[in-house]
Amino acid sequence: MAIPAEQLKSPVTVNLAWCKGCGICYSLCPTKVLIGNELSKAVVAHPELCTSCRVCEAHCPDYAITVEGGPKR
Amino acid sequence: MNPEIAQYYRVNKLPHIWCPGCSNGIVVRSIVEAIDKAGLDQDKTVIVSGIGCSSRAPGYMNFDTLHTTHGRALAFATGVKLAKPELNVFVITGDGDCTAIGGNHFIHAARRNIDLNVILFNNNIYGMTGGQYSPTSPTGTKATTAVYGNIERSFDSCKLAQTAGASYVARGNAFNTRQLTDIILKGIENPGFSFIEALSSCPVYYGRRNKKGGPADMLKWQRDVCVTQAAYDRLPEEKRAGKIITGVLHHEPQPEYTAEYAKIIEKAQGGNG
Ligand SMILES: Cc1ncc(C[n+]2csc(CCOP(=O)(O)OP(=O)(O)O)c2C)c(N)n1
Ligand code: SF4
Ligand code: SF4
Ligand code: SF4
Repeated sequence: MAIPAEQLKSPVTVNLAWCKGCGICYSLCPTKVLIGNELSKAVVAHPELCTSCRVCEAHCPDYAITVEGGPKR
Repeated sequence: MNPEIAQYYRVNKLPHIWCPGCSNGIVVRSIVEAIDKAGLDQDKTVIVSGIGCSSRAPGYMNFDTLHTTHGRALAFATGVKLAKPELNVFVITGDGDCTAIGGNHFIHAARRNIDLNVILFNNNIYGMTGGQYSPTSPTGTKATTAVYGNIERSFDSCKLAQTAGASYVARGNAFNTRQLTDIILKGIENPGFSFIEALSSCPVYYGRRNKKGGPADMLKWQRDVCVTQAAYDRLPEEKRAGKIITGVLHHEPQPEYTAEYAKIIEKAQGGNG
């Protein structure tokens, strides 16, 4: 049985205390894993679509994103 | 924050003071990744800056750091490097800090070919003081000091560095973080004056006033206009306008200042030193 999306362990996590809601990560994510909440801060909406490409982490100016796995930078 | 990079930051000082979407944080990450790849000893690495938004970077970096006076980062860094040539010395500077008030220090440090790694955060504006135009603001830029558009021509700081004598010159941008890390790493490996211009973005003063869209749009613009020399050469003539060449632009090893100075010390002391 497939694991429901909301129970899947996400490779990508956002530290909301550091996120300034700039929109860079959810604008650059190729698979639309991340979306902006009512404060424009980033939230993980579709962890199952994450390819661990690390584009979001590399471009978050506030170091608020951590991606587990994925290519070594 | 990814634990891979945490050792290079003063994590207790974060989040930093920069505005939402300011790309300074992205460029700083490329610097620490290059330092990590080069395997530099953190305790033998010094980061020096002048004054400006970008110059606040060393305050967040876990090295020996010097936040100095406007335009004078290169003078302080020259002193550090001459006193202790075994240290790895980096300079973080803004387009105003480096090419306006600090322009004279810039050309002479390049001319001496002293072993410094200089990363110019070029956001084409004075961010810290509220958006005055800088020597790298393109002609026509709207700024608080040029409300109808800037009539001046801008510096190409890479050409300036090369002409003044820098032995390594490269340009990157905050969108292409892999390339930026790579050209900083190559600069670290060059024993001499290494100048890296990192195109950055100030969404608040440059972006808003010049209708460049939000932070992500400014990064996408960099993605679209920046090309390597090889890619540029392959472009048909009509597609070349407005392109910015990135990558290593010049690399020609030259005698390095502190090494030459050590020889003078040796000579003056008649080998009795
Ligand atoms: C001697 C002196 N003159 C002027 C200033 C005011 N001042 C502070 S930062 C700055 C310009 C900053 O622009 P830039 O170097 O491009 O850095 P940014 O803030 O854009 O990163 C100026 C003019 C100063 N601090 N000291
Ligand atoms: S790692 Fe890649 S796919 Fe996953 S959220 Fe970040 S940008 Fe999207
Ligand atoms: S890039 Fe970073 S600061 Fe900007 S919205 Fe995403 S997590 Fe927040
Ligand atoms: S004013 Fe501009 S350069 Fe300074 S922190 Fe804000 S966005 Fe960055």
